[in-house]
Formats: sequence, C-alpha cells, structure tokens
Amino acid sequence: MKKIFICLFLFMIAAFVWVPLWMLSSGTLMGPGELSENLAPVLESGDGFAAWPIFAFYPTFQAYAELLFDTPQFFNVFWNSCKQVFPIILGHIVLGAPAAWAFARFDFRGKKVLYTLYIVLMLMPFQVTMVSSYLVLNKLGLIDTAWAIILPGAASTLPVFIMTRFFMTIPGAVTEAAAVDGASPIQTFLRLGIPLGAPGILSAVVLGFLEYWNAMEAPQAFLKDQTLWPLSLYMANITADNAGVSLIASLITLMPPLLIFMFGQKYLEQGIISSGMKD
Amino acid sequence: MSVMVLIPLVDALRRSFFSAVSNQFVGFQNYISVLGNSAFQLAASNTAKFIFVCIPLLLIISLVVALMLTTFQEKHGIFKTTFLMPMAIPVASIVLLWRVIFHRNGLINGLLSLLDVTSIDWIGSGAAFAVLVFAYIWKNFGYDMVLWLSGISAINPALYEAAQIDGAGSIKRLIKITLPNLLPTLFTVTVLSLLNSFKVFREAYLIAGSYPDNSIYMLQHLFNNWYSSLDVDKMCAGAVMMAFIVFTLIMLLQKIMSGGDGS
Repeated sequence: MKKIFICLFLFMIAAFVWVPLWMLSSGTLMGPGELSENLAPVLESGDGFAAWPIFAFYPTFQAYAELLFDTPQFFNVFWNSCKQVFPIILGHIVLGAPAAWAFARFDFRGKKVLYTLYIVLMLMPFQVTMVSSYLVLNKLGLIDTAWAIILPGAASTLPVFIMTRFFMTIPGAVTEAAAVDGASPIQTFLRLGIPLGAPGILSAVVLGFLEYWNAMEAPQAFLKDQTLWPLSLYMANITADNAGVSLIASLITLMPPLLIFMFGQKYLEQGIISSGMKD
Repeated sequence: MSVMVLIPLVDALRRSFFSAVSNQFVGFQNYISVLGNSAFQLAASNTAKFIFVCIPLLLIISLVVALMLTTFQEKHGIFKTTFLMPMAIPVASIVLLWRVIFHRNGLINGLLSLLDVTSIDWIGSGAAFAVLVFAYIWKNFGYDMVLWLSGISAINPALYEAAQIDGAGSIKRLIKITLPNLLPTLFTVTVLSLLNSFKVFREAYLIAGSYPDNSIYMLQHLFNNWYSSLDVDKMCAGAVMMAFIVFTLIMLLQKIMSGGDGS
C-alpha cells in the first residue's frame, strides 16, 4: 500500500521531467503552419491561449530540413560550442590531472594552503572573478577570441578537486611498489595513476562537459562578436518567429549532453558525490 | 595555475579602493556608492530572497525524493535516471518551452481559463519569481538528490536493525536515525546548493532577458549591466563584497553545522 503511494508520487515528479522532454521532441515534428497556429497567442501576443498537441496532427520533417539545409549559421554555432568545450575538457585532463596527482601523492611546502585556496576558488561564483578575468584577458588581447572562454575554463579548479579525491583512494602501497621497481614519478603517474584514477578523470569530464556546454556567463561577457557565440547564447537570441527551427535547435543542443549523460551517469553520480565530500 | 586567477583577484581588491578614472585612492568611496545604488539594493534583496526561498525548498524536495527512492527500491534505476536528467539538459534548450508554458497567453493560463481563473502574466510580473524558482529547482533537484542518497547509504544499517528489534516504526526510524545522521550531509548539500544558486542567472536571463521584471532582477544582472558600461570601480567593489559574503556564509554554515554535530 505504502509502496503504491510512493510509486505514484515518484511518477508525478518524473512527469515533470518526461512531459517537457516529450513536448520538445513532438513539437519538432509540427509543421510551420501547425506550430504558428498553436503558438500564435504566445508569439504574436494575439488573443486566446497557446496549445500544444500531444502528437503533431500533421507530422513533418520540414523544420528539420530547414535547420539542416537552410540555416548554415546553426552549424557555425554548433561548431563554436565544440571548439570552446572540447579544449576546456582537454585542459582539465592535461593540466588538472597532474595537479590532482601532486595534491594526492606528494607532500610539498604550502600544500595545505594551496589546496584550501583551490577549494575557495572553486566555490566563488563567476561574477566575483568576472572583472579580474576581463582585465587580464583584455591586456592579453584575447577578448573576442575563443581563448577568452577556453583559458579561464581550462584553469578551473573543480576538476582538480574531484580528481584529487579519486587519486587519494589509490593505495599508497601500489605506487611504492612501482617506485621500488624503479619507475620514475612521471612513469608511475602515467602507468598507474591514470588507469587507476580513470573513474575520477571521467567524472570530471562528464561534469565539465555538462557545465561548459551550458555555460552562458563567460561567453556573454567575453564574446562581443556574435559569430563566435556558442549554442547557449545563440539560443537565447533566436527570434521567436522561427519557433520550428528553434525547437529543433533546442533538441540538437540537448543531444550531446544527453548522450554523455546516458553513457556516463555512473560517473556523473560519483563526481557529484566526490564534489560534496569534505576534506 | 591558481596564481593566474589569484593575482587578478588581488588586483581587483586594490582597484576597489581606487578610482578607475583618476587612479587615486578613494578609500571606501566605491563601496559607499555601490551600497547606495538603488539597483544594487533591489538586486541584493532579490538575490537574498531567492536564496532563502529556493534553497530550503530545493533541500526539502530533494530529500523527500531521496528518501522515497530509498524506500522504493525496485525501479530505482529509472526514477533516479529521470531525476538526474534535467542536469544534462542545457537551460537554453528548455527555456523555449518554459516561455510557451508561462507566457501571458501560454499553456498554464490556458488551463486556468478552463477553470475560470483570471490569467496571470507569469513572466512579466511578480510571479516571475515563482517561475524562476520552479525552473531552478527543476534543473537542480537531481544533483542534491544524489548527495542525499550517498548520505543515506552511508548510515550504518546496524542502527536500523537495532531499532527494528526495539520495535520502532518506520516514521520513528526516520526521525530518530535517518535525519540526525544526515546532518553532515546537510552541510555539503547546503553549501553546494548555495553556490550553484548563483547560476540561476542563466534561467533568469534566458526567460526574461537583460532587464527582466523587478522581482527577478538579480545581482548577476546588475554585474552584467555594470560590465556593459565598463563600470570597473563598482564591479571591483561589488566582487570583493560578494566574495566576502560567500566566504563568510560558508564559514558560518560550517560553524553552525559542526555545532549541531556535537563535535
């Protein structure tokens, strides 16, 4: 009895997630005529109320064709997003993993202070660092280039924090044994640290991807040139009269993070949990 | 690496005491002009209001869901995946739908009109605040749920067995065992939610633009508007204050929570 009640309740909450997703996907099949008829009250501020049929009455792929063939701009924006997100993730791995390894494995002077500093920086909202980042990027002449997004993003401290947590769980005996066998610290890191800490690296990658694919604050501040805008900003400024195209653009924007989520849910959960651990 | 971030921050601290135009030391002048600014007062009070409304709601909803998931074990996988999914959905993708749903002539008002309720302009009025809270909780409750679940699974099962032998009912077990043992988790969840709450600007901006209804004009909007007018003095002073407040809040929470722990 109690189980049924709980199940119903969970279903209700789940509906809040399922219904919008369903609406989004079914909406993309509506033709421009149907869509503008349904949404006219919202888009043109006419009278009456908007409607959203459960299934499109006249399903068509017209809007897909329009987006894929007649909107070259969209590809450009999609590509911009990739160009900004993938280097950031790469930066997290190349810069963050060795830093995390150092925090987890070595004792050096000022380690504690530095680590606390990392946590504090991790916790600061974007607005705190916005001015100072701007002043630096401006001095370096990087404003209005993809680097203005990539460099601060790649230097983010959250992935270091997450990977450190995972590296710390590798037993010390393993690395000591490697040292006895004559492996240099760098070899130990590459041969042992990376494979054994892989779940941590993946967790950081999944969390990082979801975060930066969704990022708006930094591109909005540092990219004035609209041709450099990533998907999130482009979507914000897409005109309402093209509802069909913007629906599909929404759906396509959603695909990469959703795929990553489906394959990496386990790592996402581990990443969230480790970001929540106190030191 | 962190030096790259730190030196500019110290520079911002220095600048907050100087005038950007003449580069003269002006003491707390920048701070005074920020605090006296009516836009700042509006934004700060809205942000505070948002945090005080949204975070408790978020914590409670995610805790209830996590507890239910624990009780209802069978289909764990499906529900958990569902609740986490909004995390993967970019705000930009879903916002068009929120606009259609909450518009003056949108779906909710359409439903309400069937019940003969007068329509509300959800996005252009004070109700925008509720929309923002909804959109924010929608996206973030899965994150908190995972944290709660990990907290729940860390509780020693022997405690429950002992309680069961003593004849404690499920509600009693919840109040006497689960909730007290989740106190340390409460700290982490609160801190992380607090920090994530600054990202609500995405929802606010995407739903309502740079100059939204007064009820959702946040500190983040203000920073952006200062930024567009390159008001460096004010931004530096604002950033320093914000950093200070975030830092104090975290320290304060830690103090309160560790006091509650009895340690």
